[in-house]
Amino acid sequence: MTDTPQRPTETPTRPRITWDEIARSSALLTFLAILAALVISAILIVAADPQVRGSVSYFFERPGDTLGAAWSAVSGAYTSLFRGAIFDYEASGARTIRPITETMVAATPLLFAALGLGIGFRAGLFNIGAQGQVLMGGAMAAWIGFALELPIVLHVIVALLGAAVVGGLWAAIAGVLKARTGANEVIVTIMLNWIATWLITWLLTTSILARAPNRPISPEVDPSARLPLMLGSQFRLHWGFVLALLAAVGVWWLMERSTIGFKFRAVGANMDAARTAGINVNLVFVMVMVTAGLLAGLGGAAQILGADHTLRASSAGSIGFDAITVALLGRNRPAGIVGASVLFGALRAGSPLMQTASQTPIDIVLVIQAVIVLFIAAPPLVRTMFHLPGRPGSRRAVEVAS
Amino acid sequence: MKLELRGITKRFGDLVANDRIDLLVEPGRIHALLGENGAGKSTLMNVLYGLYTPDEGQILIDDTAVEFTGPGEAMAAGIGMVHQHFMLVPVFTVAENVVLGHEPAGPLGIINLSQARELVRSLSEKFGFDVDPDARVEDLPVGVQQRVEIIKALSRQAEVLILDEPTAVLTPQETDELMTIMRSLAEAGTAVVFITHKLREVQAVADEITVIRRGKVVATAEPTASQAELASLMVGRDVVLGVQKNPAEPNEHRLEVNGLTVLDAAGTKVVDDVSLTVRGGEVLAIAGVQGNGQSELAEAILGLREVGTGSVQLDGTELVGRSVRDVLGAGVGFVPEDRSKDGLISSFTILENFLLDQHDRPPYARGLALQLDHARAKAEEFAGAFDVRATSVDTLAGNLSGGNQQKVVLAREMSRSLRLLIASQPTRGLDVGSIEFVHRRIIEERDAGIPVLIVSTELDEVMGLADRIAVMYRGQVVGIVDADTDRDTLGMMMAGVTDDPGEEAGDD
Repeated sequence: MTDTPQRPTETPTRPRITWDEIARSSALLTFLAILAALVISAILIVAADPQVRGSVSYFFERPGDTLGAAWSAVSGAYTSLFRGAIFDYEASGARTIRPITETMVAATPLLFAALGLGIGFRAGLFNIGAQGQVLMGGAMAAWIGFALELPIVLHVIVALLGAAVVGGLWAAIAGVLKARTGANEVIVTIMLNWIATWLITWLLTTSILARAPNRPISPEVDPSARLPLMLGSQFRLHWGFVLALLAAVGVWWLMERSTIGFKFRAVGANMDAARTAGINVNLVFVMVMVTAGLLAGLGGAAQILGADHTLRASSAGSIGFDAITVALLGRNRPAGIVGASVLFGALRAGSPLMQTASQTPIDIVLVIQAVIVLFIAAPPLVRTMFHLPGRPGSRRAVEVAS
Repeated sequence: MKLELRGITKRFGDLVANDRIDLLVEPGRIHALLGENGAGKSTLMNVLYGLYTPDEGQILIDDTAVEFTGPGEAMAAGIGMVHQHFMLVPVFTVAENVVLGHEPAGPLGIINLSQARELVRSLSEKFGFDVDPDARVEDLPVGVQQRVEIIKALSRQAEVLILDEPTAVLTPQETDELMTIMRSLAEAGTAVVFITHKLREVQAVADEITVIRRGKVVATAEPTASQAELASLMVGRDVVLGVQKNPAEPNEHRLEVNGLTVLDAAGTKVVDDVSLTVRGGEVLAIAGVQGNGQSELAEAILGLREVGTGSVQLDGTELVGRSVRDVLGAGVGFVPEDRSKDGLISSFTILENFLLDQHDRPPYARGLALQLDHARAKAEEFAGAFDVRATSVDTLAGNLSGGNQQKVVLAREMSRSLRLLIASQPTRGLDVGSIEFVHRRIIEERDAGIPVLIVSTELDEVMGLADRIAVMYRGQVVGIVDADTDRDTLGMMMAGVTDDPGEEAGDD
């Protein structure tokens, strides 16, 4: 008789929703989530519109007034969003296409950072640290850009490489801590975001990053270090966007065609099986974080060297956090992330015109983004709303039967 | 109480798990429900227990139709179930577990534990259970834990007791004891439903046998039917029971394990000073009840677990301290015991699973680039050779049956030239047909002249495959014996008892 109590070896595992699972839901769901977000935002636009509120008081006498005002509020907001983000048919000459170039400028850093995050999510790492990595990379790019004197071409390349290295190293901290000690990457990367923010804020008060005392802003980067403009000085569109698209192709190759990506995906899909097959899981953690940080660092560099040209503590904006949404919306796949980053770039580029042309609060864009995230993260909710069937193959009938 | 199922049908999407099943369970009888994994036995019992609602059909108790919407109602109607995985609270005592959910409470809602103890004691005496009401469940052996589950059901006045694969976790001795208990329950008038796929046990204890295949009752049989007859009813064709093999022809290759000790995270010795030798061309099977260090031994050889002390040498090369990748590279093939957790990635295709441990070695990789065309050709070749039934190698591994999944694992491990094969529970959860196939491939590897180490808790498998048998108990090898050693001796060794003075015994 054995005295050792045994645990059943095949305990049924609880259903656990991972980010990658969420991201694997169908493209239809993504589309419906965006649609639902636009509809819900339309309701808020109506509610916020002063003319609608004015006409509601006599709604029962003349309902047409309210409905007409509601229609003009929503259509005004969305057409001005379109004009600000895609194509301004009311402008003349080259300025008609300026909005789409602005969308691309805004999409560039998001695309870089989201590509890195997507790799992490597919490898099972919930890297929340793109914000810090973007900022650190941007700061390095700015410093190389204004502090070093290098020949043209070489200068921008060195600045980009420096940003990639610093972003990668910053992310590696979380990777190494997880590999060595098992520290949860979510918490570590969130904390690293704060450390990066305050480190840069402090450096901007010193002579390292700032020239004038009491002015927390770096000098402009040398023209030789800037990402060259693509369409001349009329537009801000720079070659960073093309680099980001190339990076998307590179990430696709890395994940689908290389041995490194195979390891990343294996670890993300089943860490135990990967370990049993001889894959060094801890090394993969570090490599995934470095790759993600490298791309986020490039995103920061693109923002500084391409668009801003100076560094502030707020240079990263909310790029790192928006990139999480972009990666999810793009279902962690490079092609999807390209689409999602352009969508978010458009929302960002179009919102100022929406505010000025139709008096719709700029915050409505944040609502649209937030509602998209909400629906993407809760596929059953969208399925219920649109009466879609459950995901086929989510549970094997054979398993139920046995 | 007489229980009858009439025309029970249960569908999951397109799959008909139960197809118009009729079953009559009478008091005082042991009714065996025999069928392969996935035949629909558990679905049927879950319908009976109120966990599933049948799409068609009726449940009748004493000729009155009843409907259960949950296990609570089934229990109230006198149906008790002992699940394969026990539903006990490990830190509670036996008495506390037995009354959990319907605690006898005194004034102010204070639990009357002495009443609970008395309940356990009286049931225990009545059926010869030998269970101490005050023992903590986690300190009890598995066989006794199972009795606690039975007492729990009986204490709720169960007149029909369903035992779902009850012997899967027991030693041969514990199995015998369970059968005695089943007998005495039946004599006291309880109707016992015994779900199993083990033919020997059915023959030993059943009064009636109902065979289920692909959701249908295909036959009822008498316990006097031969094992071969029962097996062919269960599978639907003639099967070869046992393993066909020639005597081993050992050669000079060898795996030598010397004084191997492995500690778990808590610092307990899970493998305790194990020494054994496997020669090329022979199968050494490690027998033992689940959880006596066999799995840990296999994992330690592969490098998945850190070794405390000792050495593992394959043809004179030390494996201890090397990475899993290096050990695999040294020609070790490994079939893990839990294929869905450690062997396969269910969201990967067959092709990707085939590549899992070789994806970064030539010829499957050139530099950092995967050579997918080459890999596809190889994967298709091996999927064919190992009879993996799938539309293409792009099918997700998670969509395959257990047997096909195991064939993918075997194909992967045997697609490179091996110098050692380690297989843990190579046929767990497989149907009889797949078992035949897996056994044949393992013997083929042996006949190719490499050492083969098998870990199995199924005594039939151990005795069929092995040329020599090592029995492990509490992390130690209690003895290494010939394959023709009789079951009783092996069973005693698996329980840590050995009368051979030359061998090391368990420490109780």
